[in-house]
Amino acid sequence: MTETKNHHAATETLRERLNELPGAHWRSLEELAGTEQFEAVLENEYPRAAALLSAGVSRRDFLRLMAASLALAGLGACGRKPNEPIIPYVQQPEDLILGKPVFYATAFTLAGFATGVLVESHEGRPVKIEGNPQHPASLGATNAFAQAAILDLYDPERSQVLLQDGRISTWDAFAIAAGARMAIQRQKRGAGLRIVTGRVTSPTLGRQMRVLAEQFPQAKWLQYEAVSQDNTRDGARLAFGQDANTLYRFDRADVILALDGDFLFSEPGSLRYARDFAARRKVRGATARMNRLYAAEPTPSITGAMADHRLAITAGDIAALAEAVARRLGIKEVGGDDAQALIAHAGWIDAVVADLREHRGSSLVIAGGSQPPRVQALAHALNQFLGNAGTTVVYTEPIEEQFANRVESLQELTREMAQGTVEAIFILDSNPVFSAPADLRFAEALIKVPFRAHLGLYADETSALCHWHIPQTHFLETWGDARSYDGTSTILQPLIAPLYAGKSEYEVAALLNDKAGASAHDLVRDTWRARVGENEFEVWWRRVLRDGLIAGTGAAPKTVSMRAQSLAPPQASAVETTGQGLELVFRPDPSIWDGRFANNSWLQELPKPMTKLTWDNAALISAATAGRLGLTNGDGVELSLGGNRVVAPVWINPGQADDSVTVNLGYGRTHTGGVGRGAGFNAYRLRTTAHQWFGRGLEIKKTGERVELATTQHHHRMEGRHLVRSATLEEYRRHPELFHETGHAPAPHVSLYPEHKSEAVNAWGMAIDTNICIGCNACVVACQAENNIPVVGKAQVAKGREMHWLRVDRYYEGPAENPAIVYQPVPCMQCENAPCEIVCPVGATVHSSEGLNDMVYNRCVGTRYCSNNCPYKVRRFNFYQYADFETPVRKLGYNPDVTVRSRGVMEKCTYCVQRINHARIEAKKDNRQIRDGEILTACQQACPTQAIIFGDIRDGESAVSKLKSEPLNYVLLEELNTRPRTSYLARLTNPNVKIGEHKK
Amino acid sequence: MTEPVIDKPTASATHDVIGPGHTFGSVTDKISVIVLTQKTPQGWWIGFGLSFLLVMVLFYAITYLLAAGVGIWGVNVPVAWGFAIVNFVWWIGIGHAGTLISAILLLLRQRWRTSINRFAEAMTLFAVACAGIFPLIHLGRPWFFYWLFPYPNPMGIWPQFRSPLVWDVFAVSTYATVSLLFWYIGLIPDLATLRDRARHRFARMAYGILAMGWRGSAIHWHRYETAYLLLAGLATPLVVSVHTIVSFDFAVGIVPGWHSTIFPPYFVAGAIYSGFAMVMTLAIPLRAAYRLQDLITMRHLDNMAKVLLTTGLIVAYGYLMETFFAWYSGNEFEMYMMANRLAGPYAPMYWALLFCNIIVPQVLWFPRLRAHVPLLFIVALIVNIGMWLERYIIVVTSLHRDFLPSSWGMYSGTIWDWATFVGTIGLFLALLFLFIRLLPMISIFEMRELVHTEESERN
Repeated sequence: MTETKNHHAATETLRERLNELPGAHWRSLEELAGTEQFEAVLENEYPRAAALLSAGVSRRDFLRLMAASLALAGLGACGRKPNEPIIPYVQQPEDLILGKPVFYATAFTLAGFATGVLVESHEGRPVKIEGNPQHPASLGATNAFAQAAILDLYDPERSQVLLQDGRISTWDAFAIAAGARMAIQRQKRGAGLRIVTGRVTSPTLGRQMRVLAEQFPQAKWLQYEAVSQDNTRDGARLAFGQDANTLYRFDRADVILALDGDFLFSEPGSLRYARDFAARRKVRGATARMNRLYAAEPTPSITGAMADHRLAITAGDIAALAEAVARRLGIKEVGGDDAQALIAHAGWIDAVVADLREHRGSSLVIAGGSQPPRVQALAHALNQFLGNAGTTVVYTEPIEEQFANRVESLQELTREMAQGTVEAIFILDSNPVFSAPADLRFAEALIKVPFRAHLGLYADETSALCHWHIPQTHFLETWGDARSYDGTSTILQPLIAPLYAGKSEYEVAALLNDKAGASAHDLVRDTWRARVGENEFEVWWRRVLRDGLIAGTGAAPKTVSMRAQSLAPPQASAVETTGQGLELVFRPDPSIWDGRFANNSWLQELPKPMTKLTWDNAALISAATAGRLGLTNGDGVELSLGGNRVVAPVWINPGQADDSVTVNLGYGRTHTGGVGRGAGFNAYRLRTTAHQWFGRGLEIKKTGERVELATTQHHHRMEGRHLVRSATLEEYRRHPELFHETGHAPAPHVSLYPEHKSEAVNAWGMAIDTNICIGCNACVVACQAENNIPVVGKAQVAKGREMHWLRVDRYYEGPAENPAIVYQPVPCMQCENAPCEIVCPVGATVHSSEGLNDMVYNRCVGTRYCSNNCPYKVRRFNFYQYADFETPVRKLGYNPDVTVRSRGVMEKCTYCVQRINHARIEAKKDNRQIRDGEILTACQQACPTQAIIFGDIRDGESAVSKLKSEPLNYVLLEELNTRPRTSYLARLTNPNVKIGEHKK
Repeated sequence: MTEPVIDKPTASATHDVIGPGHTFGSVTDKISVIVLTQKTPQGWWIGFGLSFLLVMVLFYAITYLLAAGVGIWGVNVPVAWGFAIVNFVWWIGIGHAGTLISAILLLLRQRWRTSINRFAEAMTLFAVACAGIFPLIHLGRPWFFYWLFPYPNPMGIWPQFRSPLVWDVFAVSTYATVSLLFWYIGLIPDLATLRDRARHRFARMAYGILAMGWRGSAIHWHRYETAYLLLAGLATPLVVSVHTIVSFDFAVGIVPGWHSTIFPPYFVAGAIYSGFAMVMTLAIPLRAAYRLQDLITMRHLDNMAKVLLTTGLIVAYGYLMETFFAWYSGNEFEMYMMANRLAGPYAPMYWALLFCNIIVPQVLWFPRLRAHVPLLFIVALIVNIGMWLERYIIVVTSLHRDFLPSSWGMYSGTIWDWATFVGTIGLFLALLFLFIRLLPMISIFEMRELVHTEESERN
């Protein structure tokens, strides 16, 4: 008895002492561990270990270890708050409330451009990224990359330690080594100093670089992005004779012509463009109006899938198409006649031109960043000619910190390195060894530099060739700033102290600036203090941190004028399309972009919008070309272009232009974590400075080998079933009820049993507008992040065991050479007559009073009968122990509100029931009803186009009820009488009647 | 007993249910000697050894399954049921012949059942044992299998009684219990015979305990007959009910290819079909190995062949109706399902099934061919394969392409699926080998009765 009492007393003392120490660090614990009470506790708890104490010699060491392990145990339990105060979004809690998430605003950057995000933090652990509704580049939405970024934070394969020649070293050692080099360079005015970064929009880093340039006037800083904006920049220069950044206002455009312009995915402003574009395609009530999109592209993109008229032509023919349009509009500088390849499409072009002409000032022409400057200039000319400048197209000053040509400067750098004039190179957050054009032979030149240092999230191909590798902080671990596509600045605030020994690019730059030890926090504040002024700076600082953006920092519009001579036909040598044979087209990957997300398993397993391939890239080829070359899906081929070769699997891609082969960049990584290593083939090995985006002369040779590709959708036709119901806008206007005349609707209530009447206040339902779903996959990753959905790996996907609760089905309609492409996100339908429920022998899937088809993981024994009986096949089964219960750092990232499922258990979408419960608790506390729009499901919140609406269908005024009363509303497989709570809005197209082709 | 009993040797070969010249004593000797005195034949050792090896394969496969999860099999989404359910239905079906022979034919007073009922019943038991493994191990979390039973528990949760899987639990466990009781009660008089004849002390004790003090008194016989008849009455509905309920596993589902009212009778016919095929597959080698041609006569084989033909035709009718109604329903999903069976990726299996189950048994129309023992054996084997294919087609082709083309997929068994399946065949055979070595494979006392009745009829 007394012993227990003593024990309690000692524990109490320990607790009290802990309480006395504010923000107890482990050093304090060590001090604490020195007391007698602690020893007493120790003796009670760990008698064997306590014996060691009496040994005397090891006592101090032992206590130190104990204290350290106490601190480590604590790390697992509670998060690591950054040292500096960070400001939560909207309201600041007096203190952390356990179990209650707090949202902080920061920004996610992709290739430099920022998207404002709110990050959900549970007890100091960020677990979910959402869009910031106030941020112009986000408006509350996110793309798949932003959703998946949280996984990188907790990636155990992320670079954790500073390496010197592959051995573990310290920051201090690096600082000394770098300092010595910088001292030498200082004498040479930086003649041998080179700094390579990715695209930089950060005002702070820009400022640091300018300071550096003052100290080292002959040093060079270059930014390299594999997915560059070089063409866009050069195009603006060509057209206007000055640098200009182009912003598009899709919300004002009635007719859009996209010249290989995938503005829904690959533009810096894509998220916002998607919202604006979709807003003009929403058909609600009596206002049945839509914009009209014409797209011409070599390889189907999600933009092409949304087009009312899509033309599949090679990338090289896009220039001729732009010329043909310009010529017909009457832009005199474009001389000559239509190119041979376009003669078959003359009718199409005439119709487009007529449509554009009718919509002066409300039309929009956009050329993709992969098209050469001349096509960009032609697009600018068309916009100017059509009076779109200032309405649908806005020009501003460049957003980037240094608007220089990337590839040429990289070329110059490589030449200098090869000549041996570069003495020290710092590569920050860039991986040129992997992604530089193959003809530069960057790696060979790089190793001639006597001092090479690399900062990166991962130990990658570049760090393998550098003397020093510094682990980079994840964006949720560091302070920073960045600008979005329209120039709006955001201060990045860290959600968590660096999990590993990471350093930010600001800290490395500070080291070079002779300001070693300056924290990113101070550096960012210095930048902005200089701009805002001392006055009220703290108030300003708190406000911009809370809001997640700095209002009024958007780039101001500027006026530009067209230089007529820019449109003159180019000399033959400048044309990229010359040459014979097949065309090879490079594209950033829809899942892993330029390769930077290669180790992100959520993205690797994300089915690509068109091919639904996971874990691989492929040589995408049209059915006709494949037939001519005798190739089928999975055939290994050797692609050779200009002497460079790579072996790739073939994938037949309906809608691909004939004689054009597309490869996605970013795969074939050799140095990254185990997730990304070995997936796919490296398309950069075919990419040269001359053929950065496409080039003719590709040769394909069948190797005879087969490559297994893991796709999540094997069948692409609807087989005449009314799954995605579609019609033209005109048909719908004339006959709004046409979607309900499929003859499938069952009688209102045919059942042996009386209808179940629920007592619940709410009845949850969802409506998904297939008319504005662009198939971008953001919802899929959002669902994965929110619901702790595991990844299974390529082999399991190939077996048909992917776990996505929400999938996006993609169907082709019409001829394979240029089919209509439709998307249909399929979450659980939450059937009122759920076939899954009656067949479960143990009652593990049951109906809630609010209409959810709930899944009781603890009760599930895994008969899988429910999955068999689910006509929508939305149930997912843990065939193995897929969820990671082992990796400590991975566990930090799980959403604590959602069970992590074990092996042998079925799982499925439950409309984010944890969010419903959270809202219900809040509503009960305030003694009110749950408000419409208060609950956003993860997929709904992420959706860039707001195609997913969730809410209470019992409330006739709710957004979802209104959608469900639209004539467009229908349910999937209604003839089965499952009575789904999830319904769809039919897909409409707005074709030009003058184009009398097969397309709807 | 002493007078010559043969009228026409040829006729007796096809029509007699027992060979000529048998007395009470000779029957008893002939059957009990296999168990008690005959040296275990070398063939037995080889057969048992091989089967036992397969049992080890089964244990290995199950151990790995429990350690790793059902992911080692080929199942996926959409085909979440595969070999396990196919094998379950196949084995349960095989069991049906035993119950049919022992119970229904007993009630119908078909004397020819006598010499085959014992091992047919044993076959039932062993088949049910093999079948019972599959629903257990196919669970994602097999350690919670007991949640399917209605038992009072602190969670306060009962099974979900609308699910056919719960009915399955009752149907199969009842079936197993009744089959075991029926078989054991039928064994008691014979166990007493073995007890009396055994020389070895251990054997005497073992058979003695199992014989439960049977002395053969008139009271014993009276009670025995009553109990046996009652159990036969109980077992009879089971012949129909078990496979009906197994068919509900499919028919209750909404999957095209499953959701069909024809399933219960069609499954029962299929079960009896496959069961008789298995009895023949076993009886033909057995009677050759132990020279039992005069106890399991051509009459038996002929009758069994006729049952095979009849049930085969019922099954063929089932296939025909399934196809017809798929078209007649006008339901696009049903029509696609059937078209997919006929011409889809699994079409070779479907046509093989039609060949095995419909074409091949047609040879049994001809008496001359029914008298050809090796041919009968081959036909029976082919029907066994055909019935396995039938279940594969039902389970896999229905699931692999259902409503949404986006979710269509393919399925094939992995090495572990095969190991488990082959393992249960090993288990089945090993149990059967033990049975013929340790227990009388033909009912001694019923054969004695048969000798008596045949004799009195002849007189």
